[in-house]
Amino acid sequence: MSEDIINVDHLTFCYNGLEVISDISFAVKEGDYVGIAGPNGSGKSTLIKNILGILRPQKGCVNIFGRPLTSFHQWSRIGYLPQRISALNNHFPSTVEEIVQLGMKKRNPVTLKRTLDLMGIAHLSTRLIGELSYGEQQRIMLARALISQPDLLIFDEPTTALDPETRDIFYSLTHEMNHQKGTTIVLVTHDTGIIGQYARHLLYLDKKLIFFGTFENFCASPDMAGFFGSTSQHVICHQHEKTENPI
Amino acid sequence: MELTGILNYEFVQRAFLAGLFIAAVSSTLGVFLVLRRFSLIGDGLAHITFGSVAFVMLLGVSPLYITLAALPLVMISSLAILKLTQSKRIQGDAAIGIVSSVGIASGIILASLSNGYNLDLFSYLFGNILTVTRIELLLSFIVFLTVAATVIIFYDDLFAVTFDEELARTMGVKTERINTILFLLTAVAAVLAMKVAGIMLVSAMVILPPLTALQLSLSFRLTIVAAVLFSILSVICGIIAAFLLNLPAGGTIVICNIGFLLFIFGAKKILPSRR
Repeated sequence: MSEDIINVDHLTFCYNGLEVISDISFAVKEGDYVGIAGPNGSGKSTLIKNILGILRPQKGCVNIFGRPLTSFHQWSRIGYLPQRISALNNHFPSTVEEIVQLGMKKRNPVTLKRTLDLMGIAHLSTRLIGELSYGEQQRIMLARALISQPDLLIFDEPTTALDPETRDIFYSLTHEMNHQKGTTIVLVTHDTGIIGQYARHLLYLDKKLIFFGTFENFCASPDMAGFFGSTSQHVICHQHEKTENPI
Repeated sequence: MELTGILNYEFVQRAFLAGLFIAAVSSTLGVFLVLRRFSLIGDGLAHITFGSVAFVMLLGVSPLYITLAALPLVMISSLAILKLTQSKRIQGDAAIGIVSSVGIASGIILASLSNGYNLDLFSYLFGNILTVTRIELLLSFIVFLTVAATVIIFYDDLFAVTFDEELARTMGVKTERINTILFLLTAVAAVLAMKVAGIMLVSAMVILPPLTALQLSLSFRLTIVAAVLFSILSVICGIIAAFLLNLPAGGTIVICNIGFLLFIFGAKKILPSRR
């Protein structure tokens, strides 16, 4: 039986006394591809930040790779692409190479070149990140998340600034990493169609856990029909059926 | 007196050496602070230094040891700023403003308690690099070595935290430890820079060289090197200008810093972009 890569146990997080996430429990298995969806303000990014230890929950706990977050040290096993980077402005003095290698303990020019080639940004390697378009910056941040070949990839709204072609390349790449290398992937997005296309499990969040399971279970669930309305449920399931096994 | 002749005086040698060490320290830390939008921390800590100097003067500490005696209070205050900036209810600039006000207010009250405004206290307001003591020179050298070692050892962590603190945490960077180190070193740099530029101009030593270096659009590593070079050049030019024109060195050093910034800014406008 595969190992729990992420185990969230009765997690509750409050911001200024207001419950943003309420008593959530779920586990992500090794090699899984989980899509997290939910409306604006539903706590998706907050959940990710709790999983990564950026925020500390008021109740409950998170285990990563079988260890509590407090004693977890193997951060190179995780690649994270946040929704927004505070330093990405015109004035930040840093080359693409510097950013892509950020956080790497052992730097290897071969790995760097391979990753830059993979993301189609080798020609930008000596450029300053602030001079690039938002889409190019996003590809650089993605390259940074991928360079250490992590066992777990966490993406928070990764393709909002990407053009359709780059977006397709991105999702094909994540699919390939998941299928061929067994990389566990957690993807936060508004686009349930994308989740249906690539993810094995759907986690729907609206401050509390509404649904966690396979698309097949989601589509067969009368509870979800009640929650979303049968038409919306049908639309989500139709997107999934239409795009199943895309590669 | 000829320009080379002044270098024979021990107090001038001390001024140059201390100035170079402090310039390197304040500009290096300044790169991290400016990029993290903590530019005004130098100003806040300088105001705290004012209060701390007033306090140690009131205690009757010898002028030789005033810098050393004021240091712990400023270091504690830098940690208070850090704690306040981490508070979700107070913005970083407001936190600096709070601590800054406490420093100035307590300085004025303590100065009045010591029978009116003390002349020595005012010398700290405007700085005088030519009065750097041997202890202060030694302290500058130790701080220079400490900052150099810290930046070399923790370069990757400092870079990651400067780029994005949350992302740095997911790389296993102990961000609280890095922030504490950065703020404590800044406190020491602010106290020392007070001797060079005076309390009123400490923030200029922290902000201007990094800002000038940022105009050059270099890599992160080279930006630090360029900031240190601009800062050192400003100290050398400033002390020479002060000697030749019989002006206060603190002011001339800062004017030189501004001169370099304007020169680079102008050159960038005139010269075609390299890309």
